[in-house]
Amino acid sequence: MAQKTADLTVGLFMVAGVAALLFLALQVSGLTPKSSEDSYTLYAKFNDAGGLTPRAKVSMAGVTIGSIRDITLDRETFQALVAIAVDGSVDNIPADSAAVIRTSGLLGEQYIDVSVGGDMESLADGDTFYTTQSAMNLERLISNFASGQ
Amino acid sequence: MSVAKDPYIELRDVVFSRGERRIFDGLSLQIPKGKVTAIMGPSGTGKTTLLRLIGGQLKPEAGTVMVAGESVPDLGRKALYRLREKMGMLFQSGALFTDLSVFENVAFPIRVHTRLPDDMIRDIVLMKLEAVGLRGARDLMPAQLSGGMTRRAALARSIALDPELIMYDEPFAGQDPIAMGVVVKLIRDLNASMGLTSVLVSHDVPESLSICHYACIVSGGRIIGDGTPEELQNHPSDEVQQFLKGRPDGPVPFHFPSVDAAADWGIAGPGQYGDGQ
Amino acid sequence: MINRIVVFGRHGREMIESVGRAGQFLFGALAGVPDPRVGFPLLVRQIYSVGVLSLAIIVVSGLFIGMVLGLQGYTILSDYGSEAAIGQMIALTLVRELGPVVTALLFAGRAGSALTAEIGLMKATEQLSSMEMMGVDPLRRVIAPRFWAGFLSVPVLAAIFSVVGIWGGMLVGVEWLGVFEGSYWGNMQSSVSFTTDVLNGVVKSVVFGFVCTWIAVYQGYDCVPTSAGISSATTKTVVFSSLAVLGLDFVLTAVMFGDF
Ligand SMILES: Nc1ncnc2c1ncn2[C@@H]1O[C@H](COP(=O)(O)OP(=O)(O)OP(=O)(O)O)[C@@H](O)[C@H]1O
Ligand SMILES: [Mg+2]
Repeated sequence: MAQKTADLTVGLFMVAGVAALLFLALQVSGLTPKSSEDSYTLYAKFNDAGGLTPRAKVSMAGVTIGSIRDITLDRETFQALVAIAVDGSVDNIPADSAAVIRTSGLLGEQYIDVSVGGDMESLADGDTFYTTQSAMNLERLISNFASGQ
Repeated sequence: MSVAKDPYIELRDVVFSRGERRIFDGLSLQIPKGKVTAIMGPSGTGKTTLLRLIGGQLKPEAGTVMVAGESVPDLGRKALYRLREKMGMLFQSGALFTDLSVFENVAFPIRVHTRLPDDMIRDIVLMKLEAVGLRGARDLMPAQLSGGMTRRAALARSIALDPELIMYDEPFAGQDPIAMGVVVKLIRDLNASMGLTSVLVSHDVPESLSICHYACIVSGGRIIGDGTPEELQNHPSDEVQQFLKGRPDGPVPFHFPSVDAAADWGIAGPGQYGDGQ
Repeated sequence: MINRIVVFGRHGREMIESVGRAGQFLFGALAGVPDPRVGFPLLVRQIYSVGVLSLAIIVVSGLFIGMVLGLQGYTILSDYGSEAAIGQMIALTLVRELGPVVTALLFAGRAGSALTAEIGLMKATEQLSSMEMMGVDPLRRVIAPRFWAGFLSVPVLAAIFSVVGIWGGMLVGVEWLGVFEGSYWGNMQSSVSFTTDVLNGVVKSVVFGFVCTWIAVYQGYDCVPTSAGISSATTKTVVFSSLAVLGLDFVLTAVMFGDF
């Protein structure tokens, strides 16, 4: 019977370990059990990607709807080409929506905010945002202001 | 040499050293099958070491150690462990597993090497414990036993699997006269009823000689005398007679090898340390 | 001068030799497939004494470390008006570093030293020898279950440590200092990544579990079988484990989070 209580506590111990790991995955890192296949890719071109990094969030009306997959240079237009993975459930982004790079807080991370348009058609997998707004560059803003433009 | 026709164990020209100190220097010994062989000798001559050589826990630097027709030092791991299943060894310290009760200690080798059902194991264990007079102590832990009880429990464990060969390292030490009688009788009965080959290491000359078929005396890294108990009693060698009679003075050294006593105490003399002051 | 170099060289050679012997020892213990009917109960018993019994110290330490992180983080972050980032700071610190490292250090002190002393005493009282003479390999019977138990327990303990710490940080940050609970979790979730942070932390704790348990069982098995020998082996277990954990942590961090 001593063996039995040992068996039981060890079983509980292992379960607690798995539960802790699940907690770290779901609650701490916000991993959703949704599979990554359930998303589609949109592209956006920016004149200046600023401090945008892969894995940064993409939101709409403040709600996260996807993340940035990667950022490359478009060799023809010399713009930053950003690939965005959007959740499959958000499949009705109007085609004339704009992708805007914003900063969370004054000094926080940069992310892409999608400001909603009014078109009846939606963006589909592989489409590109027509309108974009590049990162707000604090230095440039200040120098513009100083030179009175 | 004892004229054993069918030696179960045979050591030939064994050389073994511990560090600088040579324990055995060309020792040869034959242990006959199905008999009780006593190995006697002064403390620290290497009787325990001899048993470890036979069990394959130590390897000789030269010479051969044959057990049941196999050369022990040359055996691979698997073969060695298989051979050891046929051996039982009673350690000088008992070496009971401190985290198991007396019952579980005796049951340990049975559980490991057989797949007997629990009630059968129980019967065997209680039988073995009964034989050493410890059936009532089955639920005690080793820490709760006295020295003599520890040794008897260990004895029960070493015979649990009815081995072919059993080596007893000092089974009589710490036993009262009654327990001693029980152990002596047990060793003799085991040998008689099951034809075990028994190797008995002991200082107790009368007890050992009373149950052994052959005896040999080890001293100074070699065998100084061997034969049947009667042959030994009438052995011509001074060394053998001194050991058997327990006389302090004689050719057998009582002291551990050391520099000259006078030198150690700093009395002027020819010693290594004498000329310092 | 030459003599110093000779001494240095000898120490180096001895160290490499002992690592080699320890490797051989581990291989001897783990080679071969154990009979699950025999091995499983042994493993369970060892996980109980190595893992379950370490739970109390892990939970208490995790709680306090999380609470301290909450307090310190709050005072620093509130200077920049970004105390909402406290969740992110606590979680990253715990999951990447403190969880695996502190768990391994506590494990070495609590369970590793006990393993060394137990095995060393078994050696000193000839229990290992007598097992050998019964045809049972102590490497497989005694060492292997203890090794696997430690190896499995450390990652579990580390995960529990991190979770308790994050909860303790919430206790201080949210309940006491008044950070909004939504931003505590929200900030955490947006900055902690499962693959780079959580999984790398798990990898760290697996490596630490391996190394700490290995050191503990080897020191016990290799000790000089006397009281002084056992006590020095126990000390060595704690010292070597701690140094190995801290050194390996640097290497692993550089490989996992460094930009090269
Ligand atoms: N582990 C060891 N390391 C170094 N020397 C050892 C070791 N074990 C034993 N010896 C030495 O080997 C010699 C023989 O030891 P052994 O234990 O075989 O003696 P013994 O004949 O069994 O003595 P006793 O009758 O007192 O048990 C002793 O002189 C001892 O000093
Ligand atoms: Mg001895």
